[in-house]
Amino acid sequence: MSGTDLLLWFFAAASLAGGVLMLVARHPMRVALALIGSMISLAGIYAILGVHVIAVFQVLIYVGAVMVFMVYVIMLLDVRDPSFLQRYGRAVVPAVALAALLAGALGAAAGGGHTVTATELDALQPGRTPASFGVDAFSVSFLERYWLHFEVTTVLLLAAVVAAIAVVRTGRRRDG
Amino acid sequence: MDRTQLLLALAVSLFSLGFVGVMVRRNALVLLMCMELMLNGVILSLVTFASRSATLDGAVLVFLVFVVAAAEIAIAIPIVLLLARQRRTLDVGAWSELKG
Repeated sequence: MSGTDLLLWFFAAASLAGGVLMLVARHPMRVALALIGSMISLAGIYAILGVHVIAVFQVLIYVGAVMVFMVYVIMLLDVRDPSFLQRYGRAVVPAVALAALLAGALGAAAGGGHTVTATELDALQPGRTPASFGVDAFSVSFLERYWLHFEVTTVLLLAAVVAAIAVVRTGRRRDG
Repeated sequence: MDRTQLLLALAVSLFSLGFVGVMVRRNALVLLMCMELMLNGVILSLVTFASRSATLDGAVLVFLVFVVAAAEIAIAIPIVLLLARQRRTLDVGAWSELKG
């Protein structure tokens, strides 16, 4: 087993441990920290796979934007909330059973199926050049072939900003 | 166990863990975070397939999913805050009349 494989196993175990911690931790801040650890381990996995752009965006967008936002909101809230003290609802046993069933079905589907490798895809499409996942190749492909999708996401982000402001304003009007 | 199998197993486990969290936990913010964990599992499988078949389209799709997830959380958190302000609690049990 090479060094990269060891690192891959380490990051996989760390992200799994973060996921388990999320289920047991009582306070939402600890849940958020466990999720951040899990996401950073996933970014390490992406870096090992060679998809550096995605690894950077995982840290920038997920940890940097989404989770920082989440942590701010948690700090705004009351610590004596009853949902902080009592972690679980009533449906623990059926939920775990259902999730085990789901994991078994997904695992059987993933393990039984055949995933296409790069060499097989080369045989299917003779003119294809296997992509490298560097920043330059990603940006060229992104802005040459997917510029329309990029523009659509900007519209989506604008709509999200307007909707967030609208939600906050209606709530304020109802209060005052 | 080769690399693809390991990563797919990890993706399935992360998705299932997040699923348990969404079903079991009471706090609305923790529910949101468990949904993020499920999304991360799905993204991991997407990246695994993209890197195995050496296509850039998967990487671009992952980037677009990141943007959509950021937009989703920007809407979801104000909604959760409004709910918390109305019932003075983050417990989703306070909203159990929504099940009809």
